Amino acid sequence: MRTALFWIFSLAALAGSIGVVGNVRNPINSALNLVVTMLALAGLYVLLEAQFVGLIQVMVYAGAIVVLFLFVIMLLNLRGSGTTGAEVQPLVKIAGTAVVAVSSFFLLRVLSTGRAPWPDVDPSYGTTRAVGEALYTDYVLAVQVAGVLLLAGILAAVVLAKKRLD
Amino acid sequence: VATSTVFVALFIFAMVVLVFAPIMTWVERKQSALMQDRIGANRASIGGIKALGLIHPLADVIKMITKEDTMPTGAHRFIHLVSPFIAVTPAMISFAVIPYGGVYDLWGAHVSLVVADLDYGVLYLFAIGSIATYGSMLAGWAGNNNFGMLGSIRVSAQMISYEVALGVTVIGLFMIFGTLRLTDMGILQQETFRVFGFMEYLGWVQPGTRWIDWITLPMWGIVLQPLPFFMFLTALMAENKRAPFDTPEGESEIVAGYFIEYSGMKFGLYMMGEWIEVVVISALLTAMFLGGWTLPWLPEQELIAFLVPVFGANVANLLAMLLGVSVFLGKVIALIFFQMLVRWSMPRFRYDQVMNLGWKILLPLSLANIVLTAVGILVVKGVTGR
Repeated sequence: MRTALFWIFSLAALAGSIGVVGNVRNPINSALNLVVTMLALAGLYVLLEAQFVGLIQVMVYAGAIVVLFLFVIMLLNLRGSGTTGAEVQPLVKIAGTAVVAVSSFFLLRVLSTGRAPWPDVDPSYGTTRAVGEALYTDYVLAVQVAGVLLLAGILAAVVLAKKRLD
Repeated sequence: VATSTVFVALFIFAMVVLVFAPIMTWVERKQSALMQDRIGANRASIGGIKALGLIHPLADVIKMITKEDTMPTGAHRFIHLVSPFIAVTPAMISFAVIPYGGVYDLWGAHVSLVVADLDYGVLYLFAIGSIATYGSMLAGWAGNNNFGMLGSIRVSAQMISYEVALGVTVIGLFMIFGTLRLTDMGILQQETFRVFGFMEYLGWVQPGTRWIDWITLPMWGIVLQPLPFFMFLTALMAENKRAPFDTPEGESEIVAGYFIEYSGMKFGLYMMGEWIEVVVISALLTAMFLGGWTLPWLPEQELIAFLVPVFGANVANLLAMLLGVSVFLGKVIALIFFQMLVRWSMPRFRYDQVMNLGWKILLPLSLANIVLTAVGILVVKGVTGR
């Protein structure tokens, strides 16, 4: 059951990612493929017993961030570049090839080590309580720093918007 | 939990929900007629039997199914086709985590009246709700219609804005109950606390004074967090896009908004999604704020313990289960009625008013509520030592 679900989710994630980069004509299609990828990743997290991370993935990435992407695409009525790779610089081509080559190398190395067994963990692992306890005891400094960073982002957005209005 | 009981629970609630939605169209017609001094739906009849207009939902369904299913020119065919399903599915699967009763032992079977008792129940609901946005926003875009486009921009902005307030409003409640599991919330809400208990800790009255032990209140969410109850209700109603928050489908401004290009049963799915969501909102508020399936001052285990000598263990459990389910349904129906009252009493908000309410009133108030609740919890823990 779990293995079948793993294949379904990973194939959906791969197909979605290919769809994101493949849909050059229509940005809305790209964004929708991104939603599929995000949901499939959430499914994979849940399979790995990280339920909280999976739900937050759905809530934040699939439910909010990609909605904002779609909102901007719709509002600006973007149509896409139309042609595939017409204005891609040679440097970008080289960098892209290098990234693909390096990641394929690592992917092959991971695949050749054989299949890892499904995690056999404590029932409390990955629950909201466990994540909360870890965040507010061991990693409390990181949480605070992230909070300050987000606050700075909000303030920056307000300042920029204000400048427009004044 | 045995698989069979899950299926039973699933079946019962699917039936209730799917029957609820059509009947609610009738209730809403009759209620609005009552409020506006009209007679309301009374024309549809089968062989002269009108049954107070109860045949109207049936007539509606037949009309919608037999209508032509149009596909506008220039539409994105696939997205236009799937959007209604994306809109209605989240509303239907939301019920999985809502408990409509406790756990009962009936003739050797262990019956739990919740389909999926998840550790992160409320988060699941929020996640599902955030996916529902796509059903509405893609509908307006895919139909290749300018009014639909305006509707879908409005709907996405409104739903994103209220999702923020929605989550932050109930954090205070989570802090008090210390759980996201809706069945645990139902159990915790059966407890009571002494309203004047603080006088004992302050030394104003002698410990063991009888009258302060008598005056108790149930630990319902609405008692502990009265203001968030109404803020949560407001945010949920705005998420559901029904009047007075129906700017995305404001018929006097943008014809029908995001579902303008839908006809027949696809339009019917949007209607049905809204109705089911009304039931979901009521059920969620009942489970989180109104004590779930229990009556105040009557913990379920005490009730069962009281009934066991009279009827025997099995019948006592059965009676408690029936009482629980009917209490839950009663509370849900009362909240549905309240939402309909709001719908027919308030004019539609202007779009900027909707946005101001979400960002400038609900969000700051709910953030303040988190701080106040935290201070309150610290004080109570410091005084009572638990």
